[in-house]
Amino acid sequence: MSAARPLTLREAARADMAGLAARHPGQFRRVTAARARAIGISAAAVALLAFGLWRLEFSPGRIAGGFGQLVHFIGLMLPPDPGTWSRTVLILRGLAETLAIAFLGTLLSAAIAFPLGFLAARNTSVNRAVQFLSRRVLDSIRGVDALIWALIWVSVVGLGPFAGVLAIMTGDIGTFGKLFSEAIEAADRRAVEGVTSTGGGKLAGIRFGVLPAVLPVMAGHVLYMFESNTRSSSIIGIVGAGGIGLMLSEMIRTLEWGVVAFIVLLILVTVAVIDTISGRLRAALAGVQPR
Amino acid sequence: MPDGRLHELLDGYRQAARGPRRRALLLALAIAALALLAGHVAEVDLPRLWEHLGGFLGYFDRITALESGGGRVWTDPAEWFWGLKKWGLLLADTLLIAYVGTALGAIGGFVLSFVAAANLVPNPWIRGTARRFLEFCRTVPDIVFALVFVIAFGLGPVPGVLAIAIHTMGALGKLFSEVVENIDRKPVEGAVAAGASWVAVVRFAALPQVLANFVSYALLRFEINVRQASVLGFVGAGGIGQDLIEAIRKFYYNDVSAILLLIIVTVMLIDFGTEKLRHRLIGAMERGA
Repeated sequence: MSAARPLTLREAARADMAGLAARHPGQFRRVTAARARAIGISAAAVALLAFGLWRLEFSPGRIAGGFGQLVHFIGLMLPPDPGTWSRTVLILRGLAETLAIAFLGTLLSAAIAFPLGFLAARNTSVNRAVQFLSRRVLDSIRGVDALIWALIWVSVVGLGPFAGVLAIMTGDIGTFGKLFSEAIEAADRRAVEGVTSTGGGKLAGIRFGVLPAVLPVMAGHVLYMFESNTRSSSIIGIVGAGGIGLMLSEMIRTLEWGVVAFIVLLILVTVAVIDTISGRLRAALAGVQPR
Repeated sequence: MPDGRLHELLDGYRQAARGPRRRALLLALAIAALALLAGHVAEVDLPRLWEHLGGFLGYFDRITALESGGGRVWTDPAEWFWGLKKWGLLLADTLLIAYVGTALGAIGGFVLSFVAAANLVPNPWIRGTARRFLEFCRTVPDIVFALVFVIAFGLGPVPGVLAIAIHTMGALGKLFSEVVENIDRKPVEGAVAAGASWVAVVRFAALPQVLANFVSYALLRFEINVRQASVLGFVGAGGIGQDLIEAIRKFYYNDVSAILLLIIVTVMLIDFGTEKLRHRLIGAMERGA
């Protein structure tokens, strides 16, 4: 081609469209196999969504009415107001309970999961069967929500924050066990080999080879779970296991929207403060790690 | 090793270990003090725990012993799972609640993630508002949303779906916007250089990079939402939780164990399935890259 001006890529491509199509037939097919599959999957997903909306009784009238109600509630929520002074004290006491539940639950759960983590890790377990079995037990515990544990503990030890502590404790054993065992499996083997080569037994290998490497990682997990448990323990009161959740659900049921907004704000602020502190601590831990 | 040399090494080790050990001891003391304080606030008393520890183990004994007397539940599965048909339907509803909630939340998160991404929306006010909104949605526990929605929309699965959708929108919106912020600019620049319009740039340069990640996060969220949906029934927001709380409160021990087992198995199957799917997705993503 002896064009007067240089062609842009786009113009050159347009001029040779037929040639391009002949050389790369796959790119020019309207519906490729991959695209057909993508369309099929999306259609199925949308169909399932539509079926779900129908089956779960979504109707435009109900949605519109509900949102109307919500807007009304939000209007009543402003300004957030705890009402009387005695109620404020009750709310703050609930918050203290929530924090205590989260702290104790996390601590106890970590203490129980610590040995389980070693049992469930491939490199420190007694044998393959014990490792497999501990993994499955941890998985089953994890499959049950903290709220269910709370209900069970309430029916065992009665209403109150004590049941909450036990619920957070049992619910987290599964998560901690899994996280701990993964940290142990990721630990450097060379330190253990060093200890064993100087005549140390299996326990000494774990104590001096594995433990120093995994402790900071575990501490990070514990802090992270404490953050997460602050959220969980703020709601387990809904089933009577202590903390601020009891107050919150009561206020929602009695339609005291100003108090509800106050409690939710209080929870949000507390969670944010705890997240910040624990985030700082975790960053410090990660920095200290290679000691 | 000669004795003198050994002593030298041991002394050196003790010297080196003293500082960290003292710090560890202080930390342990601080934690113990906090634990005592927390124990006081949370009304923990150890005698009661000791007394009830047997009760907890006894609970598992009771829920696995046939109520009609004689033997363990697994010796008579027909009686144990007498309500299998009802529970199966409720469980299917629970999965549907999780699915619809995840889908609606993912759609909302998808839209808002582009508004909250720093490389697409330069206006800090709009971006900041979108981010605060997402933060609010994911920090308020979904069961609190469910409690409020039950009053606004009435009992049933609708408030459950909406609660999950809002919480999912907050969580996925944040993750999605991080993915969008981390895309490779080169395909975008390439598409722009070839004369593509903005829509074409998003469709052919941005979307292929983020789609696999988006789906992967949505699947992970679905996994979490199945667990959540199984307890939303506690506050009357549909699903199998309604039957579970009734069984626990009314001490129908065999029903408790049957429903719990069904939930655990379902959650495990879903975890397993989504993990397989995600691995395939990630594999496809790495092959494509």
